[in-house]
Amino acid sequence: MSNVPNELRYTKSHEWVRTEADGSVTVGITDHAQELLGDMVFIELPETEANYTAGEECAVVESVKAASDVYSPITGEVIAVNEELADAPETVNQDPYDTGWMFKMQPEDAGEVDELMDAEAYNELIAEEGH
Amino acid sequence: MNNTHTPLIFEHSRPGRVNTTHTQRSTATAHSIPGSLLRKTPPCLPEVSEMDAVRHYTRLSQKNFSIDTHFYPLGSCTMKHNPRACNSLAMLPGFLRRHPLSSEQHGQGYLSCLWDLQEILKDVTGMSAVSLTPMAGAQGEFAGVAMIRAYHDANQNSERTEILVPDAAHGTNPATATMCGYTTREIPTDGNGDVDVEALRAVVGPQTAGIMLTNPSTLGVFDRRIKDIAEIVHDAGGLLYYDGANLNAILGKVKPGDMGFDVIHMNLHKTFSTPHGGGGPGAGPIGVSKRLQPFMPIPVVGKKNAADKEVYYWLTEKDLPQSIGRLSAFMGNAGVLLRAYVYALLLGREGMTRVADYATLNANYLMARLSQAGFDMALPQRRATHEFILTLKRQAREQGVTAMDFAKRLLDYGFHAPTTYFPLIVPECLLIEPTESESKETLDAFVEAMAAIQQEAEGDAATLKGAPYTMPLRRLDDVKAARELDLRYKTKPVSDING
Repeated sequence: MSNVPNELRYTKSHEWVRTEADGSVTVGITDHAQELLGDMVFIELPETEANYTAGEECAVVESVKAASDVYSPITGEVIAVNEELADAPETVNQDPYDTGWMFKMQPEDAGEVDELMDAEAYNELIAEEGH
Repeated sequence: MNNTHTPLIFEHSRPGRVNTTHTQRSTATAHSIPGSLLRKTPPCLPEVSEMDAVRHYTRLSQKNFSIDTHFYPLGSCTMKHNPRACNSLAMLPGFLRRHPLSSEQHGQGYLSCLWDLQEILKDVTGMSAVSLTPMAGAQGEFAGVAMIRAYHDANQNSERTEILVPDAAHGTNPATATMCGYTTREIPTDGNGDVDVEALRAVVGPQTAGIMLTNPSTLGVFDRRIKDIAEIVHDAGGLLYYDGANLNAILGKVKPGDMGFDVIHMNLHKTFSTPHGGGGPGAGPIGVSKRLQPFMPIPVVGKKNAADKEVYYWLTEKDLPQSIGRLSAFMGNAGVLLRAYVYALLLGREGMTRVADYATLNANYLMARLSQAGFDMALPQRRATHEFILTLKRQAREQGVTAMDFAKRLLDYGFHAPTTYFPLIVPECLLIEPTESESKETLDAFVEAMAAIQQEAEGDAATLKGAPYTMPLRRLDDVKAARELDLRYKTKPVSDING
């Protein structure tokens, strides 16, 4: 069973989002996503100061099985990326919710995060996809 | 299979050892080359006897896991039998010794074969013209999309910047679109494996340059709404590109031209039988509809009447001034084109339809037998074309074994693994293409092997995890290979190797 922390928000395309104390959000891919993709070999992150709208492709994760797009969960500006992933893409497999974070964004509308799925809804989504 | 470790040819090297140890020696000198152009150090070449070299390469050839020795159901690759007649006729001395720069007058026989091949391919695909120039499928794709671009440019239609590609497509499709300066837009597949026509309708528009489709698709099913798709894209002013990877399924049955495609590429090395795999020479001719004909890559073989005689000649820039140009120094891979020509003659019109008949019959038989053996199909409600997809999602959940574990274990049972993890939209999948070449006995043996592996998975999954056991190398670390890719053989000075 995949780990789906209660305190995070989720997208249909399997990104997780955490709102930080300063109003910024941290984004990564879920434990379920990393399980499906398998061992990561390369991660392409967005540029800082780049602006994305919700649902826009902004990063690529490449595993031994496939290369997949990562979509911006919200509309906003990228303010930081996890440089460590360049040399250690496996971190996303080992620790997807903590040291395996991918980038941080400053949302245009702080309320947008609340519209994303909660843990319960995301658990239902992955259960459905399992059939 | 011989499982002994085979050293590199460089490891056999001994200083001064040459082929002519026991025979007359002559030394070549190059007095006319200026000293400044001569290299200072000799090249790092292996110094071996003829016997060493023969044994080394014979041993390597014995390690081949190939269609000549094993069932090779590698989906989307059409690993069919290559009749030996194609090989021997393509290697007639007149073909082998023809210089690529020899005059048209001295190459009429060769040119007439290529002209006939162009005509055969036109006929079987329903296109208006064929250029044999692209040297492989990828170059054929490039030529095809470059022609779409040239067509829009010629019509001052530069706002068309998007190529539509279904999510089940071969990875080369979006890569080709990108190489030609287009943005790729993905079209989803519906639950039955067809292109989601409503989603397509929603994204076509004045920005659409064209769509790239494989039909039958990589899901191994024939897209039943192809006429609707063609109409939607054409009505928006876009063109239709046909990826010929799966042409084997419809050979002589359905023509891409009749489906409404404007340009297609064919993989002659797959459908028209040349030994392939391992990046060897291919041939990716393109066929075009009337409106794309002016943009064909050159050269193309033409035919005219001169002094009551048919004369074959090269069509060049002069004949096709709007051509996208040349793709190589000459025209395609001559040997592959000749093999395809002989193969087409061997089949004849009647044999071509039998290729499609038996390719689909074999795929459907194998799919039915594997279903009976308890395996899950990705699209059980659909009839397969020449290939089908089996999903091991349930085994991954229940026994913790993956498609890769099955693939590796199949090697121990004497079968090449099917294509794994493609198409990307089906989890834990094997894409299985038996081709028309295989007998019922071979297909039955494959089913038995799969059933035996399933039993092993239920008993002790570790057996699968450790596979293969009988190959020269055991399970490779594909993660390390991908993360630390290093394709360069670092030569040590010969003295080090010998020391």
